[in-house]
Amino acid sequence: MPLLWLIAIVIALAAVGAVLGRRRALASADGDARRLHSLPSYYAANVGLTVLTPALGLLALWLLIQPLYVDWRVTELIPDAAIPETSTRGLVMSDVRRVAEGLDTAIQQGAMTEDEAARLQTESTDIRERLAAVGVALGSNVRPEVLTAAQRYRDLSGTGTTLMAVAVLLAAIGGLAVSVLMTHRDFRARNTVERGIMVMLIAAASIAILTTVGIVLSMLFETANFFGQHSWTDFFFGLNWSPNFRGNSDLGIIPLLWGTLYISFIALLVAVPIGLFSAIYLSEYATRRVRSVAKPMIEILAGIPTIVYGLFALITVGPFLRDYFAQPLGLGNSGSSVMTAGLVMGIMLIPFVSSLSDDIINAVPQAMRDGSLALGATHSETIRQVVLPAALPGIVGAILLAASRAIGETMIVVLGAGAAARLDLNPFEAMTTVTVKIVSQLTGDTDFASPETLVAFALGLTLFVITLCLNVLALWIVRRYREQYE
Amino acid sequence: MTDMTAPAAPADAPRKGSLLEQDARTKRRNAAEKRFEVYGIIAVGIGVLALIALLTSILVNGLGAFQQTFLNVEVEFAEDRLDKNGNRDPADLAKVSTFGYKPLIEGALIATVDRLGLRPDGMSDGDIGAMVSNEAAAQLRNRVLADPDVIGTTHTVRILANARIDGYLKDRVDRASAELDGNVTPQQLELTDRLQAAGVLDKAFNWDFITAPDASENRPEASGLGVAILGSLYMMLVVLCLALPIGVAASIYLEEFAPKNRWTDLIEVNISNLAAVPSIVFGILGLAIFINFAGLPQSAPIVGGLVLTLMTLPTIIIATRASLKSVPPSIREAALGVGASKMQTVFHHVLPLAAPGILTGTIIGLAQALGETAPLLLIGMVAFVREYPDAPPEGFFDPASALPVQVYNWTQRADPAFVERASGAIIVLLIFLVAMNALAVFLRRRFERRW
Repeated sequence: MPLLWLIAIVIALAAVGAVLGRRRALASADGDARRLHSLPSYYAANVGLTVLTPALGLLALWLLIQPLYVDWRVTELIPDAAIPETSTRGLVMSDVRRVAEGLDTAIQQGAMTEDEAARLQTESTDIRERLAAVGVALGSNVRPEVLTAAQRYRDLSGTGTTLMAVAVLLAAIGGLAVSVLMTHRDFRARNTVERGIMVMLIAAASIAILTTVGIVLSMLFETANFFGQHSWTDFFFGLNWSPNFRGNSDLGIIPLLWGTLYISFIALLVAVPIGLFSAIYLSEYATRRVRSVAKPMIEILAGIPTIVYGLFALITVGPFLRDYFAQPLGLGNSGSSVMTAGLVMGIMLIPFVSSLSDDIINAVPQAMRDGSLALGATHSETIRQVVLPAALPGIVGAILLAASRAIGETMIVVLGAGAAARLDLNPFEAMTTVTVKIVSQLTGDTDFASPETLVAFALGLTLFVITLCLNVLALWIVRRYREQYE
Repeated sequence: MTDMTAPAAPADAPRKGSLLEQDARTKRRNAAEKRFEVYGIIAVGIGVLALIALLTSILVNGLGAFQQTFLNVEVEFAEDRLDKNGNRDPADLAKVSTFGYKPLIEGALIATVDRLGLRPDGMSDGDIGAMVSNEAAAQLRNRVLADPDVIGTTHTVRILANARIDGYLKDRVDRASAELDGNVTPQQLELTDRLQAAGVLDKAFNWDFITAPDASENRPEASGLGVAILGSLYMMLVVLCLALPIGVAASIYLEEFAPKNRWTDLIEVNISNLAAVPSIVFGILGLAIFINFAGLPQSAPIVGGLVLTLMTLPTIIIATRASLKSVPPSIREAALGVGASKMQTVFHHVLPLAAPGILTGTIIGLAQALGETAPLLLIGMVAFVREYPDAPPEGFFDPASALPVQVYNWTQRADPAFVERASGAIIVLLIFLVAMNALAVFLRRRFERRW
């Protein structure tokens, strides 16, 4: 892997530079480290960082930009006439890439020489067969335009990679030369190195912002694409969800939102009372021994991955509810239902609600409890009439956070809620949610140009916006509440 | 419920009856108090019960996956079937497909049954042969290709029985259900009992469940977690190598250096929001940015690792900041006082003291990432992968599966034997999680300093 070699060379240069820098600094101070401005290791670190940062930065940038540039240049080569009616430019380009990679493999395995690959002709050679011989399977015969484009692709990538190696090495050597020459006993190496490290720390902290921007942009672009192909009124107000991969599908979000909200509602109905009461019991009533056993057990529930809850819903809760409730009551025969998913999700949310409420209840000043007890109120009266009203805003915040969790939860609903989109009140009926549909539209063989796939991005954006609003609101409430007693 | 603000009984009204006897109102209030406490006990009880039900359900369903039914039969590696030219040329040997091996195994089993006189009345040869797993032929073929010298000899080999026979030994299949099932006959179950009594068939610990790759839809008995465990391990490596340094760097900046301004406020808000963004949204991000835009391969551990890194970062940052905060300011002041720079203070004194807390937080973040499923579904980890990924670093770009995704995959298959496999995979996943959390607790107990 030449890339690894390149990185290794740059690192080696940095190491050599570090030794050189240290020597030069000590030499300029006649070997007496006390006459240097900084400790000798800072001179070494300065050279090392000056070699590494520009070279590796350039490498990363190049690796990001080169494929885009090559794609753009090669796409120009494919005439509109060469794109079959049933296909798109993107699909043809992926053919080109596959052929180019196939040629690379063939050369690597020694089945073809560089020269031969560059001169291949569709008329004289059966490329599909030659590539199949080295284990590269192509879907169809290679057309001449695709081959020319693939050869051009390899050509450009090859030149790009060579250029990149040269540029990166030059940057490394340049950095080495400049920083070694700069090294002198009066050079403020520590300050320079610390400034460099500071920049890295800031960059690391900014990744959080980059991630958010990435999330929003990636979904925004594809969502815009989607609304270019599908009417937005149907998406937001349509009462029907029936994607059809031959086109002309109804993609209304209302049934999905209904399923999501219904399931979340049931989950909160389970989680809020149980979570709240266990928080109250554990923080106000339980003896130390009970608390030391019960609290970790409830917290274990929070550490269990959601796929485990999903499987629990699928193999235990679903059949149980169907056999003992739904069928005897004549409400349906589906194992996966709103009730199944809601109950299991409620269990998942218990520790979430209870630990948040625990924090909030503990934040209520003891003086308020003491005052109430001194007036003769019983323990429960104190909790109901003094502690809870004081903690109410915080608890509302906790419930909102739990709701946002429930709305964004995926695996439990994928395995427990079913796949049929419907607007119904019967909780023993299978319904589906926004997250389930994101998964089902984006897994499997999908074509990234059709509205049936792109709708997943619009769904994702909707989900993101809803949960974001809930989170911001909840965090705001919790923060305001905390300030009240601090 | 009593209303505290309501005027109580007039103070001058003399109390009737004994002080030792509770009046009706006190009784009511005490009963309410008792009820309230009972509600709390019930709530805690439901939580604990749910945990127990969850774990029991998984254990009951999944423990069977660690056991597998094997048949011990003497197979003659007949030369005229496996190597017609007799020259042991690997190319010639490879031409004999698994269809060439199948009759060998089935014949061997039939011969064993007849030698021991176990055949139930009227059972056909085809039914006996069908008790062997489809995978057995492939295993035999691999053995011959690896060691051509076995051709022409006779060996006792351990081969897999098919999923229904295995299910019979695990009480998943019984004679009544076999009547209705097209894939198994009651006669086969009868023969299974006889073979077990004769010692030909036995149930033993199944290492292949942990090491073997996944198998296709119709051979659940051969499927294993090897590729998934390796894929998860690779992803955890990527997460560790990226999330730990980035998370620590970000926290150091925010906790020790950041001035109070718009930019740092923005970063703070972003981190707390990212911690609450649904995981599936990170999957969409991975699909759009890492796969569609940057052109990284689908199903590759590197993409999974990157997505999980972004997801784990907030957890690690929050934990690291808490542990940096717990280092008392006197340490910083002492270092600054003897002439260390701010940067030296942080890296030489504060960071080492905060390290146990950071490590604990990182392990807990990794444990969270290990169980995450939804984002991995979107970046193509659901693909059926039978090849082990190469050693790193190339292996990071090879297709692989992941433990929780393998569970999801198996739940989507029709054969009921896969339910057992999925639960078994969950047990493996939970063992990893328990180990990681135990390590975190141990580190915290052993190294954490209270100031």
